[in-house]
Amino acid sequence: MIKSFRKNIKGIVIEGITLVSALLIIAIVIIMLTVIIIGGKDQLSWEFLTSFPTDGMTKGGIFPAIYGTALLVIIMSIAAVPFGTITAIYLTEYAKENSVIAKTIRFAVRTLAVIPSIIYGLFGLGFFIKFVGAHIDGAFFGGELKWGQPNLLWASLTMSLLTLPVVIVSVEEALKTVPQELRAASLALGATKWQTIRKVVIPGSISGIMTGTILAVSRGAGEVAPILFTGAAYYLATLPGLGDQFMVLGYHIYVLTTQSANVDQTLPIQFGTTCVLLLLTFILNMSAVILRYRIRKKKTN
Amino acid sequence: MIVDKINTEDMFLYYSSKMALNNISIKIPEKKVTAFIGPSGCGKSTFLRSLNRMNDLIDGVKIEGKVIIDNINIYDKNIDVVTLRKKVGMVFQKSNPFAKSIYENVAYGPKINGIKDKSQLDEIVEMALKNAAIWDEVKDRLGDSALGLSGGQQQRLCIARTLAVNPEIVLMDEPASALDPLSTAKIEELIVQLKENYTIVIVTHNMQQAARISDNTAFFYLGELIEYDRTKKIFTNPDKKQTEDYITGRFG
Repeated sequence: MIKSFRKNIKGIVIEGITLVSALLIIAIVIIMLTVIIIGGKDQLSWEFLTSFPTDGMTKGGIFPAIYGTALLVIIMSIAAVPFGTITAIYLTEYAKENSVIAKTIRFAVRTLAVIPSIIYGLFGLGFFIKFVGAHIDGAFFGGELKWGQPNLLWASLTMSLLTLPVVIVSVEEALKTVPQELRAASLALGATKWQTIRKVVIPGSISGIMTGTILAVSRGAGEVAPILFTGAAYYLATLPGLGDQFMVLGYHIYVLTTQSANVDQTLPIQFGTTCVLLLLTFILNMSAVILRYRIRKKKTN
Repeated sequence: MIVDKINTEDMFLYYSSKMALNNISIKIPEKKVTAFIGPSGCGKSTFLRSLNRMNDLIDGVKIEGKVIIDNINIYDKNIDVVTLRKKVGMVFQKSNPFAKSIYENVAYGPKINGIKDKSQLDEIVEMALKNAAIWDEVKDRLGDSALGLSGGQQQRLCIARTLAVNPEIVLMDEPASALDPLSTAKIEELIVQLKENYTIVIVTHNMQQAARISDNTAFFYLGELIEYDRTKKIFTNPDKKQTEDYITGRFG
């Protein structure tokens, strides 16, 4: 029963290969973070976060891009979270599991999730700007160009479509964690279906709904493609409103690295901006994790 | 005089095309404990759940015949299921308190019925907990989570929650099957007390339990009501051989 030498070597080699590729993952993360943090750490200051770019964007801060990202994320959430939650409630609470309508909705959600983000951008341009916006202008502003052009609102709505499948799927998962027995208990007490959803199902899954929402938001915060055609601006001297174009962190990085007059001079700002964007998504993800943990802990007490 | 609270006539129930209940006709008296016994899959729980239309929640269930409660067929088209379930409460096999406080669990039913007055709610909660024989154990911690109670306490809390809606009939689906002997004894004692004010229908696997607490017993087998009589008669001198075989432990 002595193991043959060749077999033994083969086993070691295979284990080695799997280990190396697993370690590579760690290396990639470490290299990426180190490069970004070393490059950007000197740039991060209160001044950098709160001031406008100056000197052809080679100096100054990135405040308008942070501001634009925040607004984008907020408006996007206001649109996507209620819409997605209501859809998820329909799918888990009302639709019959294998009905044609439920299957069709699920297929549509999966399809939305795999559409490349640039196509969302094109759709936003065609639908929100050229169709909805242009018609608003035609109907209310005598054809004057107001809403028929890229702006914060259309970009946010486009982004909300992109994050919609994430919201729907995570809320659905959260609703499914509420045991069927609790729904039965509520109904047996003479509660209506809606009372059951509002007072038992949603409170029982609120942590899942919140974490899903935050994860969707953090996905949207980093995306650039959907807002390229629908509202992102190269540079603006003022803070935007709903009907204005706006600066945003992800696009600002692209602008600095490829479109600026002097790419080398903007290098520190590129690193700084990347740091900020990473931090933002990191904080969002962490808060989702913490929230989930805290509510879980509260539940088990 | 004994009044029939529930009366089914030629009732059939189908899961998709499979017949699960075959021609059930039974009269269940008011303010008595009626026990349903029989082997697993005999239809006793299915029948219990059709008395407050909980089977409506399952896809593909079809019911024929009549289920008459207080002279009204509850399967009539114009019956409001929500009102029916307030009148016909249910306690489940597995205790299923909400992830809320003890107080909120009991106040849930009254609240959805529109009772908002705090002192009135307090009164209902106290009364229900007393009727479910759990008041003394929880009165000092009404604000604590119901999930912190023991299994037996949770089940009595669920009974209190059902009573708080002030039903006339309480259906119990093997309410003590997951409990230890001591908790089971408490639940049984409680059921006997409850029949003073409520009509109790209980499904049980435990034949001694049926013998101890029920006034009438119905034996179900393969979706049919084989025999229904005074509990004493069923357990000492049943008419049908199948009943005798089951209660003497020869099958099931």
